[in-house]
Formats: sequence, C-alpha cells, structure tokens
Amino acid sequence: MRIPCPLCGPRDRREFYYYGAEDYLNRPAPDAPPEAWDNYLHLRDNPAGITRDLWYHETGCASWLLITRNTVTHEIRDVVLVADRTVPKPAPRQRAAT
Amino acid sequence: MRIAGKGLIDRSTSVGFRFDGQSFAGHPGDTLASALLANGVKLVGRSFKYHRPRGVLTAGSEEPNALVEVLEEHQQTPNVRATMQEIYEGLTAQSQNRWPSLRHDLLSVNDLAAPFLSAGFYYKTFMWPRAFWEKLYEPAIRRAAGLGRLSGRHDEAVYEKAWAHCDLLVIGSGPTGLMAALTAAHAGADVILADESARMGGRLLAETGQIDGQSGPDWVAGVLAELAALPNVRLMTRTTVTGAHDDGTFGALERVGLHLAPQAGLPRECFWRIVARRSVLAAGALERPIAFRNNDRPGIMLASAIRSFLNRYGVAAGQRVTLFANTDAARQTARDLQSAGIPVAGVIDPRPDASLSEEFPVYAGAEVIDTAGRLALSEITIRHKGNVTRIETDLLGLSGGWNPSLHLTCHLNGRPLWSPEIAAFVPAPGAVPGLIAAGSAAGVFSTARCLADGAAAARRALGDIGRTAPDLPIPQAEDGSYEIQPVWAVPGKGRAWLDFANDVTVKDVKLSVQENFRSVEHMKRYTTQGMAPDQGKNSNVAALAVLADATGRGIPETGTTTFRPPFSPVSIAAIGAGGRATGFAPQRFLTSDQASRDRGAPMIEAGLWYRPSYFPRPGETTWREACDREVTMVRSTVGVTDVSTLGKIDIQGADAARFLDLVYINTFSTLPLARVRYGLMLREDGMVLDDGTTARLDDSHFLMTTTTAAAGQVMRHLDFVQQAFCANWDVRTISVTESWAQFAVAGPLARRLVSAFLETPADLPFMGCAAVRLGGVAARLFRISFSGEEGYEIAVPARYGEALFRDLLARAETLGGGAYGMEALNVLRIEKGFITHAEIHGRVTAFDIGLDRMVSQGKDCIGKAAARRPGLTGAEREQLVGLRSKSGAAISAGAHLFTPGDAVGRATDQGYVTSVGFSPTLGAWLALGFLKNGRGRIGETIRLVDHLRGIDVLCEVADPVFHDREGVKLRA
Amino acid sequence: MRYSGLKVITEGVFGNTGWRPAWRDPAPKPEYDTIIIGGGGHGLATAYYLAKNHGLTNIAVLEKGWIGSGNIGRNTTIVRANYFLPGNSEFYSHSLKLWEGMEAELNYNVMHSQRGLINLFHSDGQRDAFVRRGNAMINQGDDAILLDREGVREHLPYLDFEQTRFPIYGGLLHPRGGSARHDAVAWGYARGADRRGVDLIQNCEVTGIEIEGGRVTGVQTTRGAIRARKVGIIVAGRSGQVAAMAGMRLPIESHILQAFVTEGLKPVINHVVSFGMGHFYISQSDKGGLVFGGDLDFYASYASRGNLPMVEHVMEAGMTLMPMIGRAKVLRSWGGIMDMTPDGSPIIDRTHIDGLFIDCGWNYGGFKAVPASGWCMAHLMATGQPHEVARRFRLDRFATGHLLDEEGTGSQHNLH
Repeated sequence: MRIPCPLCGPRDRREFYYYGAEDYLNRPAPDAPPEAWDNYLHLRDNPAGITRDLWYHETGCASWLLITRNTVTHEIRDVVLVADRTVPKPAPRQRAAT
Repeated sequence: MRIAGKGLIDRSTSVGFRFDGQSFAGHPGDTLASALLANGVKLVGRSFKYHRPRGVLTAGSEEPNALVEVLEEHQQTPNVRATMQEIYEGLTAQSQNRWPSLRHDLLSVNDLAAPFLSAGFYYKTFMWPRAFWEKLYEPAIRRAAGLGRLSGRHDEAVYEKAWAHCDLLVIGSGPTGLMAALTAAHAGADVILADESARMGGRLLAETGQIDGQSGPDWVAGVLAELAALPNVRLMTRTTVTGAHDDGTFGALERVGLHLAPQAGLPRECFWRIVARRSVLAAGALERPIAFRNNDRPGIMLASAIRSFLNRYGVAAGQRVTLFANTDAARQTARDLQSAGIPVAGVIDPRPDASLSEEFPVYAGAEVIDTAGRLALSEITIRHKGNVTRIETDLLGLSGGWNPSLHLTCHLNGRPLWSPEIAAFVPAPGAVPGLIAAGSAAGVFSTARCLADGAAAARRALGDIGRTAPDLPIPQAEDGSYEIQPVWAVPGKGRAWLDFANDVTVKDVKLSVQENFRSVEHMKRYTTQGMAPDQGKNSNVAALAVLADATGRGIPETGTTTFRPPFSPVSIAAIGAGGRATGFAPQRFLTSDQASRDRGAPMIEAGLWYRPSYFPRPGETTWREACDREVTMVRSTVGVTDVSTLGKIDIQGADAARFLDLVYINTFSTLPLARVRYGLMLREDGMVLDDGTTARLDDSHFLMTTTTAAAGQVMRHLDFVQQAFCANWDVRTISVTESWAQFAVAGPLARRLVSAFLETPADLPFMGCAAVRLGGVAARLFRISFSGEEGYEIAVPARYGEALFRDLLARAETLGGGAYGMEALNVLRIEKGFITHAEIHGRVTAFDIGLDRMVSQGKDCIGKAAARRPGLTGAEREQLVGLRSKSGAAISAGAHLFTPGDAVGRATDQGYVTSVGFSPTLGAWLALGFLKNGRGRIGETIRLVDHLRGIDVLCEVADPVFHDREGVKLRA
Repeated sequence: MRYSGLKVITEGVFGNTGWRPAWRDPAPKPEYDTIIIGGGGHGLATAYYLAKNHGLTNIAVLEKGWIGSGNIGRNTTIVRANYFLPGNSEFYSHSLKLWEGMEAELNYNVMHSQRGLINLFHSDGQRDAFVRRGNAMINQGDDAILLDREGVREHLPYLDFEQTRFPIYGGLLHPRGGSARHDAVAWGYARGADRRGVDLIQNCEVTGIEIEGGRVTGVQTTRGAIRARKVGIIVAGRSGQVAAMAGMRLPIESHILQAFVTEGLKPVINHVVSFGMGHFYISQSDKGGLVFGGDLDFYASYASRGNLPMVEHVMEAGMTLMPMIGRAKVLRSWGGIMDMTPDGSPIIDRTHIDGLFIDCGWNYGGFKAVPASGWCMAHLMATGQPHEVARRFRLDRFATGHLLDEEGTGSQHNLH
C-alpha cells in the first residue's frame, strides 16, 4: 500500500501510523453530553466502502493526513493535510495571560 | 537417459551430487530432477498420507511429489522441489517423509489401510478415552504427518531484502513476457523482467517450434542480448514474483545462492519489494493431469514436463512411452520422443473423433483405467472400444489441458472467470489494478498469439502512464488451435488421485459431497484438497469439476477457492531477512554508553535504548549489593546518572503556553520564566498518557520532557492535537531527544558537584532552570529530582555528552559519590513514591494516582470530559498506595492483594503490586501498588499473595511517599 | 449417526457408503421462534446451546455463505484462559472448561490439544506484568507457571537465547493452553445443532431486520422474509453492517489480521509460543504446518487480505526469536476481518430493540471464546438475563467507563 503524502509524495505504508476514523477530528465541546463523547471516542460508522480516516506520516514529515479511501479495495481517493482541512474547528479558548 | 544432441546443458562439464547417499553425476544447467531422471532414478519421494511411491510429475515450481531435503553441514532445508533445485558440485539431497528408507517405508502400511483413512476420518474417531488424545493418538499422528524436517538449529545463513522501482514489471519471460519487455524497453520505460527459472525463455526452452526461423532458445538468446544492452532494463532470473499487493507493490523472491555450494557471505535468498507503476502477468500456464485409478506412480508425468526434460535437459524420462491426452498439442510429446529415438507405445486420446494419423498408435475414444508397477510404472490398462487392454510402458505422459497461471490476479480478492472454450479459469480483467494478464496466463494458447499479446499488453500498460510504445514487428511462430474436451476423472473403481501432494482422491471429494460438505470451501477443508505445498496448482480445477459433477452443478456455479500469497512458498528467513539477532529492532545508545561499559555496568534494554543496570565495584558479588550502595550514595553524597532517554520536545510560539494548557491537566500558562513544572497528560479517553516536567525557557519557548517509554507516543499526540485542533495557533513542536545529552546529579552534594562545572555560579531554586555555560559550551541546567534528593539535570549538546559524563563521574568520585544505574534509580523513586509506566499502565486515571486535584477547573484539556465517566471515578476503583512488608520478608511485583482472613480468589481480589524494591534507606521492602479504596485504608494490614513465586506476606498499607514526605531534602 | 473408531472401521470395510450428511440443508420456514444471524463458530454454538441447555429447537441459523466461512475458518487456532481482568477471567475460564469436554459433548474430534502456551517476557517490567496475569489466572482457578530463562530453555531449547535483540528473561507457562482444529469446531457445533432440530440455512443473506413498535419481528433475507420473536446478531467481522439494519452504531472498527502457515514439517514446535517484544505467536498443527501470526495491519479494512509491512514484521520477529524456523517456507497467508472494540473485549448484550440481541466485538480472540460465547449468548437469549460470567460484556460500558482493557491502550480501536 502506498500513500500519496501531500508533502512527500507517494510513500510506502510502513512510514505511516494509523489512528482511526475521521470522527476523532470532531471533538465535542467540553460540556457536551456524554453521548457526544461516546460518539467521538467509540462509536463508528465503520463502512465497508468509502471512509475517511486519519494517518500520521510518522517517519516522514510528521503531518497528520485525512485520507479518503475504500476499506474493501484499499483504493485511496484523496489525501489532505489535517491542518489544511476546511471543516470548522472547535472554538479555541481565550489565550491565558502568561 | 540422456539423448545426444538435445538440451541446453553444458555436457563438457560433469557435476557430482548425492541423493539418498548415492553419488551421481549431472551437468551444469541440470536440476536435481533432470539429473536424477538422466541417471534412471524415478522414485524420489513418498506421498503425504498413504506413503505411496512417487516420482517427478512436473518440471517446475508446481511440483507436488519430488520434494527433498537438501543437506549442508549442520543444516538442512526441507521440502525443496527437485525440479527447481539446480545441481552444484557436492549437492547432497535426501528423500523425506519415509522410514527407514525410500524403497522400504514402514508407513506405506497406510496404503493398505486406506479404506479407514478416508476424507475427514480423524474427526470421527480418536475421541475415547479422552486422555489418549494428547498422550497417544495425537503424538502418533504428528509423527506420521509433516513432510521434511528442519534441523532444529539456528539458521545462520545470510538473507537479504531489497526494494526496486520500475515503470513496468513483467512477470515471466516466455514469448509473452519477452515481447512485453522488449516493447516497453524500446519505449524507454524502466522495465523489470522477472522469471522464476534459472534461465529466461519459459516454454520456449522446452519446445521444438521455431520463431522467425530460429529455434526457440536461439530467438530467446537474441532478445535477451538486446534487453541486456539497454540501461533501462533489469533482468531478474531465479526470481519468483510471489505476491501482488496494493498500489503496484509486489513481493518477489530471488534465489541468489541456492544453486551454488554455500559460501560465506553469499546470501541464499533476497526478498524484493518491487514497486511497479504497471505490470504484465506473463506467467504462462500449467498443464493438468487426469485422475484415474493408480495415476500416481513414478513414471507418470505431465506431457509438457516430459518435453521439458527432453528438450531443455536432454533427458528421456523413460524408454517406452505412452500418452494420455485430450488435445492435439500434447501429442508433440510423443513426436519429440519418437524423433529422439524413444519408442511410443501408444497415445490414448479420450476424444472419439481424435485424429489417428500419427507415426505411432493412437487409441481414439480411449481411457487409461489403471496402472501397475510397485516402485515405478510398468504397464497401463486402457479401455478402448469396449475392450480392456494392457500396454507395457515405463513413462506415461498426462495432459488434461492447461490452466492459466492466474494466481497473482487473485491476491487482491479477484475471482477468476470460467472460460468454456478452454475449459479453464481465466483472470478477471482489472482484478489487480495496473496489472494486465497476457499470453497463456490469460488463456491465449499459441506461441504466435502470445508474442502479439505480450507486445499489446506492454503498449496498453505504457499508454496508461502516458508513454507511447513502438509497434514492434511480431515474429512468426506456431499458431495452432486449442480444442479441448475436458476429461477430469476416468470413472471406475479404486483410488484416482487429484491432489498428489495431499493424497486426495476422487473418492474423497465424492465422500465429502455425500456428507454434505458440498460448498467448494467445505470440500477443500474436509478433504484437504489444494492445501499441500503445490497449493492445488495441479489439482484444484479438476477437483472442482469432480465436485461440480457430484453435486449436479456447473463449474462456474460451484465457484473456486481463493489463491492467496505467496504464489509459491517462500522461506521465513527470506521475508524475515534482517530480523535475525539484534537486527529485529533499532538499537539506541546513550552518549555515555561506552563510559558505562568501561565501568563494568551491565547494559539492559529499556525499550529500544540500552541503559546501565548498575555500576559494580570490586568485591560486590550481586546486583543488590551495588544497588544498595548506589541508593545510599545518592541519599548521602552525590550520584550521577544518564537520563537522556527521556523524551525532549521543544515547543515554541506565541501560543505555546496555551497549547500546553490544552494537553496537560494542569496549567502551564501561569508558569513563570525560568521555572519548571510537573505535568500530567491524559489520553482523550481520560486515562493517564504520560507525565514529566516542562520548563519555560522563554516567554514563548518551552521544553517538555516525557518518559522514555512514551516519548514517541507523546510526540504523535502533540502533533495531532496541534494539527487537528489548533492548526491556526502560533505553536510548533519538534523532538530534540537525540540532540541533547542530559545527566541527573542528585544528592546532598549535588550542588557542589554541579557548581564545579559552571563558568558562572547559578543559584537555582527548586524547579528552576537556567541557560548556563560549562567548559565553553552552552548548556541547560534544571533543578528537578526523580530521587527525592536535591537534584539537578544538566543538558549539553549530544556531542559533548560522553566527555561531560566522564568528567562528572570523576569529580563525583572525589566527593564520595559516583554513577548510579537503573536499579538504584528505581529504588530511589519507589522510596519517594514517584510513578513510572509500571503504575501508569494505561488503565489508570488521575484519580487513581491521587492527582485528580491537579486537574485545572478553569480550562478544558484533553481527556477531561471522558475522565468524568462514572466507571472512571467510582469508589470501587483501585488507588495508588505504598506497601511495606511487615515481617521484613521479600515481596514481589505482580502479587495480588487480599484482606487478611478472606479466601484467596478472583472474587476477593483487592488489588495488585506494580513496583517493588528493597530500601536500604528504610531497611525494608517497599512497594507501590493499587488497592481498592486504597487511600482510605492507609495503616491497614493487607495480605500480599504471589502464587507463582510462593510469596504470602502481610504488608502495611502506607502513603506512597516513604522518604522525605515533606520534601525538605528536595528543596534544600 | 454416532461417530466412533468402530464406525470408521465398519464403514471402511463396506466402502464408506453409509456415511450420512453431517447436517441437513433445509429450506427456510416462514417463521421461527429464534433466528441466529451468522453461521460462524459463535452463531452455531449459540444455536447448539439454545437447543441443548434451554430446550429450544425452533431455531434457524442464517448464513450468508457457507457454515464456518468467517473467522472460525481463518485463525491461528489458539485456545487459552490467560486473562487477568475480572470480567474476562471468569468468561475465558468457563470457555476453557467447555473446550475440555467438547469432543465428548459434540461426538466430534476437534483435536483440542492442551500442549501448553508459553508467553515469553523480555524485561523486568514485562515479568512483573506477566506475574500479575499468572496470579490472576490462579486466583480464577486456572493454571500458570512462572519460568525463568533456564525454565524456558528446557521447554523451548531452540530459541535464540544468545543473540536475540530482546533477551529472554523467562516465560509464563499456561499448561492448559493449546490449540484445536478450527473448522472442526464449526462443523461439530453445526452437526450437533442440526441433530437437535436447528435449521442451518446456508447461502441466505440477511438484508433487513424487521422492527415494529420497538420489537423485532423478523428478518428479510435473500431467500425471503422470515418471522421471529427473537433475533441474535452474531456476525463478527460484519457486525457494523448488520447492526446498522437495526439503526445501531457500534463501538467497533474492522481491521485485518493476517496469519500464515508453512509447508508441512515433521514435529519441531510442541507448544504455543508467543514473543513479548514483537507481534509473533506460533504453534505447529497436527498436519505439520507451522501456524503463526502477528498483529493487525492496523488500518480499517474489510479486504480479507493484508499487506507486506506486517508480513515482514512477523517473519523478522520469528527470525530474531527462533531462527531455526528460517528454512520453513510460508505456504499460504490470509487475512480475517476483526471486530475491534475500544477496550479489546467483546460484547454480549441486549440491544435497545426488544428481542434483538448482539454478540460481537471479539477483536482477535474469538476462537477460544466460541463455546462460552455460545453458552452465554444462548443464556441471554433464552432467559433475558446475562450469564454470570459474561455480565460485564455490556454494550454501554464505553459510555459509562466500565472498561475491560487488558492491553491498557485505550479507546483507539486498533491498539488492542
């Protein structure tokens, strides 16, 4: 399996660390109900087909990648940097005084 | 018997080898099989189950019968295909799975007991009495089963692994593969041409047909010379492409040294990972035998194998040949032999309308129904026009048609398609993305069309990657038609073999249907059909046809079993090359490694690192003596230890403090400049991830330390949090673990020792840090402690580490101190109640270790929400406590805790012990552990039970901090 | 038909013509009391124990492909009871007891062989963790013996004690651990269930679950609708897809675990051996093949096949630990689809729909659990109450934090 890293080009799978489904990006608000945290941490659509999941180019550029791929054929459709994705991020806390 | 003028072997040279203790001679270019056949040796093995005499069936890697052991001094290789093992001077081989000898094998009694050993018989018996299974039945079965033997000794030979990249990988070098490679090579593409044989050319080396007026081998030589001259072509002989994997990655095994006498340093095999943008599968096809009664005797071979031995190796495999074949093409075997002077006793052709016009007898509409000959074939019995006739023969060629070698196209779950025209499965197009099957591997069965198909496949493949390939002229060659009426099994009594290697017969398949194991997978598993070393290459399709017939279904409806990698078996040593001994994982060495070894310190594994266990002094005979001394030394004078293995992460940016607030449970944005703070980090699921200290070097510059064990995990975690949740913050992180050598200096004299090195005195408060200079080098000094004594850590650029360590030790020794190792470090931290990953083992919360009050209420942090789950905060959770042996008897880590008076069992379990050490400071055995409601039970007596070590001791439950609970020494 | 050595002999004498089908091939009836979705080891065992222990026989097992076509037919056949967390300990202990009586129970030789399992450890820290485990096993009533380096050498003289990357400190021997013939377990339970009247329906894929007013009423299949008052989903590897038919989202991610078998060899490895510093475990089958495996390929997948990085890692581990296997040749590799849960432990529970039950999340430890899983799932489905030894395998334990995390690796599905 070869993963086209947006920064490094196609590299062998062994350079990457797999974390899990895209759900890990959708961190609930701190006061969100327990169901939201259960969904975030545990429950998964787990599709047999197209999925989006998170990989880390651990022995490469240290980028986290959001990969769209097929869990049945292992075909990779799309790879973007997690840091560049366009979905809204949770509101950051106000910067504390130092 | 050798035939003059035939073959591609070098007859000017003789090569001596041994088989079963007997000496033989062959020639360079011979395989063990061809050389044995040349010497008239037909019996080469015994079958798996019935121990039937067996001879060579094929001339290739699919050989099911001729498996032998190749012997070296103190080493041996089992299950070597005699048809693939090239001979070399001194090659020593022996037959396997027989006792006491190949000719007289006692277990051939199984053949007589065959009626009781039908498919799956073992599921129905050996059940009573129960104890007999492990003591009697199973050991006997295990001894009887299996094929060759391993030596039981370490395989000390050399193996290699390598990577290769190309535009086009061509698998197989017959007419299809050569034309594909040639076409792609002339297009300027990077081409790898791989073939499992010692010599390229495929079937062209074994056939007598002409190409462009040249003999097959001559035409091959010309093409190879052309390819070899091109810089963009890599020719890989003796290289089997064994697996197709995702995205154009292939596994391939090159037999680098197996054809040579073992030489020091020469790899036996190299396992290649080939990454190809496109690939052409030109692996050819495999001829299939026909099942009939006693079709497994030595002297019964595939018709094509007989031609291979004759035309490639110059060997006639018998002296009076017969043929049982259902295609016109197979008759070439009889023609070739006849023209070599071998009499042909008859061709038995099951097709009623088969052509009779040959220069040898042809029995059209006939079948072979039995054979005779104890250790080798002596006659066959045929049924022809209602008559039963016997024909004397010592060599029977079989051809039931051909199966395309489509195995690689199944490796990504592709299902082959049934082609009624050739009565065989063909590859499903696109089954492996980027791979095109061509030539006979795709069911194209004439030389001329294979040549054209190879060229076309290469053009298509290159077109896909934007290259234009030249339209090379296609050479003239044989273009016969392939008309086949399938014959799988001749009806009749007795046992007719399908899977020679696993001794599966037509009866077995029928029995499985009778017992309702009707799905193809059930049949396979129940009868073991196709599960032998040849992976069913010779038999799966026929077995499937017999199954389809017995169930009244068609073959396509019956389906197929799946071919899985590897295409042909690969040694563990080859795929595992590089893993032997210390090669399995990287070794990480401290800058002080040599200095520690110089002082006699045993270096022990700590993850990938090596760290000193203790520093023995003269007169000390046990590690405990050294450890006790080092602990006392730190508590009374000064000790030095290398702590560079701790992860060090540099964190910079205007938002760095805010970032730390997010990843630690406690607050770092309030940390003053030049100060260090202990931090605890959770996983998002609320469990403790790691702990360590983080220093503020500047307003927007922090240095985080992690534990040795979790350094990589924490780095990954920080990168994730930063990139996923605060990518727009001004913060960057990088690991600087290897950049700095860091040494802990601890003890009442620590300040004196450290001051002696500093160019300018630094009067650091507890948990302070400073940039300092020592010996002209910029360094960092931290006042932190993992021992409970006044402690400093000095960090210098790694290149100065060894020098500083040696200097620190020399100076420490003048103060009555010295180095201390991991054992003492562990005792010191247990005395002080400091945790390591023995305690924070992944199931532990901040609550469990009594640090939940550190969780800052005013901010969010990773893991905070999930840590509030009821199961993570309940009173039933086990909490960190200290334990002190009441009697002074030794206690042990891994012991479980019980309330005195309770029965010992799972239901009464109160907790367990994580870390133990003997404290010379307190003169007592101390431990850390987890106990239900532990913080509420301080002062109670608890029973510690370690069944495994026979320890059963009463302990006092204590606060985890045994030493200097108020931290007076720490802050001195 | 009762199997015995005598029967094998008499049948052999008379040409093996009297063997009868191991199970029937009934057409599905329009209605059953209970439907089990999934004809794998766990589903077949559940059907068997529903019939045997609870006297229920109007049961259908619906199998998409052929009986035993899931992970029961693709595993490394290891049977053990060496867990250390309460909740797991008692369950696997119960399972091992059922294994020990399985041949007599099923009149089928599943070749369960207690050849002993040795988990090697390679540091003081690992030793402490294994001692904790071994003591938990003994507290549960099972067996464990601590071996030092020389003790290991007596059992496994062929290991590389001198040069291996991570020195062998010792091992935890579980004498009652061992292996069994995987397919035979499916066939034995299938035959046993069939003999008790259970309908085993192959080539029957469930395509929908019928729910009315919060109650399950039946299933839709490729062979028509079938009504039932109780339905059990027992389809590890495909749990998410089937549960989705009932509107459920599971705490499961599917991963591939590869395994390997070599060509047949004369006996050379007697025990089941596992390496503590790399992912590698090995035993030798009665047929002579070395059967071994490693860790997941680590990415979510339903491909039933793996890739080279883990293949190479497993072989490299084998070479550093026991280089005498170097000349053995890998004959076949395969990949199974594992239901990975966020704590590495399984689920046997009711669902939010009345009459619908689920048994899933076996990670890569499902084979040894087959008998107890069937036993406990049958108990749950028949009585409505969780069995005592499986009461912690709740579906909601992740939400509540009552985790059973033996590895201590947390909520990341693939790390267990």
